Amino acid sequence: MGSSPVVELNGLGRRFGERAALEGVTLTVPAGATVAVLGPNGAGKSTLLRILAGLLRPTEGVAQVLGSKLPDEGWAVRGRVGFLAHEPMLYRELTARENLAFHAGLFGVARERVDEVLDAVGLGARAGDRVAELSRGMTQRVSVARAVLHDPEVLLLDEPVANLDPGAAAQVAPLIGAASGRTRILTSHDPDAAVAEADLVLALRDGRAVYAGAAADVDLAGLYA
Amino acid sequence: MTRIVGVLLRKELVLELRMRESIPAMALFSVTVFVVFHFGLDADQVEGQLAAGVLWVTMLLAALLGINRLFVTDAEQGGFDAFLLAPVDRTALYVAKAIALLVYLLVVQLVAIPAFGFLLLGPGLEQALPGLLLVVVLADIGICVIGTLVAAIAIRTRTRDLIVPLLALPLLIPVVLAASELTAPLLAEGGAQALPGRWLTLVSIYDLLFALIAYAIFDFLLED
Amino acid sequence: MYGKGLRPLAAATALSVTAALALVFFWAPNDADQGFIQKIFYIHVPIAIVALCGFVAGGIMALQYLRTRDPSWDLRSYVAIHLSLMLAVGVLVTGSIWAKGSWGQWWLWDEPMLVSFLIVFLLYACYQPLRFSIEQPETQARYAAVFAVVAGAFVPINFAAVRMAESYIHPRTLGTTTGGMPGEMMITFLVALVAVALLFVTLWKYELASKSARFQLRALRKRLGADVPAPRRSGAPELS
Repeated sequence: MGSSPVVELNGLGRRFGERAALEGVTLTVPAGATVAVLGPNGAGKSTLLRILAGLLRPTEGVAQVLGSKLPDEGWAVRGRVGFLAHEPMLYRELTARENLAFHAGLFGVARERVDEVLDAVGLGARAGDRVAELSRGMTQRVSVARAVLHDPEVLLLDEPVANLDPGAAAQVAPLIGAASGRTRILTSHDPDAAVAEADLVLALRDGRAVYAGAAADVDLAGLYA
Repeated sequence: MTRIVGVLLRKELVLELRMRESIPAMALFSVTVFVVFHFGLDADQVEGQLAAGVLWVTMLLAALLGINRLFVTDAEQGGFDAFLLAPVDRTALYVAKAIALLVYLLVVQLVAIPAFGFLLLGPGLEQALPGLLLVVVLADIGICVIGTLVAAIAIRTRTRDLIVPLLALPLLIPVVLAASELTAPLLAEGGAQALPGRWLTLVSIYDLLFALIAYAIFDFLLED
Repeated sequence: MYGKGLRPLAAATALSVTAALALVFFWAPNDADQGFIQKIFYIHVPIAIVALCGFVAGGIMALQYLRTRDPSWDLRSYVAIHLSLMLAVGVLVTGSIWAKGSWGQWWLWDEPMLVSFLIVFLLYACYQPLRFSIEQPETQARYAAVFAVVAGAFVPINFAAVRMAESYIHPRTLGTTTGGMPGEMMITFLVALVAVALLFVTLWKYELASKSARFQLRALRKRLGADVPAPRRSGAPELS
């Protein structure tokens, strides 16, 4: 683990009108660490990831990524963060390769990298197929390729392996797993597995942190009692 | 910025070529409206101010179809978020969308204006063409500048199909007004007359003013 | 905080409105061509000018909201636009009456003031539906502000366009004033203009004061633990 923190949250909150989707979340993530964000549906996991991706403006507190405050200094870190969201963010009528080439253009990444990541997720042979023709699992793999296309230092992963069979999950692990060497913030439908690969755990309930600390000390049964 | 606009525009045109959602519908719609005008006016041939009005009202209505669809694919398939994640100037999206809409309109008019000349127009179209080209480009820019802004506003509302025409029509009245005032002398019986300069000035100011405003405030429509 | 200065302002408004009405009915001479009906000019034109300025001001306040993200600017812009919209209805009604009285028709397409206000009215009539159709209050405020800025810039250019299109048949009282309007008429008109402007500002401040008092009351009751019913969803801005 590196020395300076990659992600720093201090009293972070986001309201939607009267409703607080996220409230008073404080967390420091060192470089290279993996954070598992846990919680039932609607606990604020996606809101947190969207704030960190710079897509959503916090209404309270501070979110700092790689030393830049979000969202006002977001332009400085946007090229260094990869976001694998719940929805694939791919145009269904474009081929996998065209989609990635589009993102390569936006991120200023060389075109050769497109085929490289498509091969890495095992879709080199299907690169010319429209996304609409791909299965959900394959679409997810294209999405993984999209998220790591620009070789980000920080990965935000919303249920990264939800649609993947074990083989495919193993295939994308070098890109988005702990072995990738990236700082990762991930949510999962499977708390046990998520905690097993995490250094830190942030457990949310109704937008508030009910646990924020080392993964080794977390008492899952207690949290969900 | 130019490079990013190029990337976005390329994606836009590839999608339109593949899905054919906007241009064919707009062209077909225009021709249908000409037919409707024929019956509604009970006129076999129109000329002058009436011809200019029929032409520009039809173009405006056809443009509404394109405006309505302009951001739908991005909103439905996560293209907005994907774009916002990239380290680029966000105004590039506005510029690319406006240019795409301009391309759609020009292609549609490539079909619709000859169809208008063939179906409804009394005087020949050839005499009007050089002047008409200038009017079409200036008016289309106005439609695209406002249309793209309205499309971006409406995409986040629950009643997009209602908001688009309700906002775009009044905002575009000066464009239609100027365009038909400019087109009327071109389509006059007995030969095209000179373009009235003050209307050219008005539509140019309109284009420039709203392009600048859109450029300044488009960013606010993107963030959450 | 919005209530400050409201009392003297209201008094000044009452005074100037009374003065304007007195001047209109007892002092200003009847128009030589149109007779008594021309006096509607002293209402029609001032509210038109104030409404126009109100729309533009609403746009500027909206711009301020976009710059600062302070919801109170959204509220200010919202109230200014609403009041101007009501005045715009007044412009259409008084203009229509004037047209009927002077030219025998309820609607004249060659009267630029009427026509451009009809277009402006149609545009701003969408302001409320637009707000209402966006769920998130913050998004709603932001999108409404963008609309208000665009529409605020549209108002003058639309006026210029419509005016350019008319064939100048209508005796434009205001246009000829610089040359020919008698002094009494001019003074009466200016007093009426001031009166309507003051009325606008007073109503604007009053509405702001009433709205913010309601929000404060709600916040206080909530802190006391009272069961405050959630406000019905509306297109109006909320301060908390």
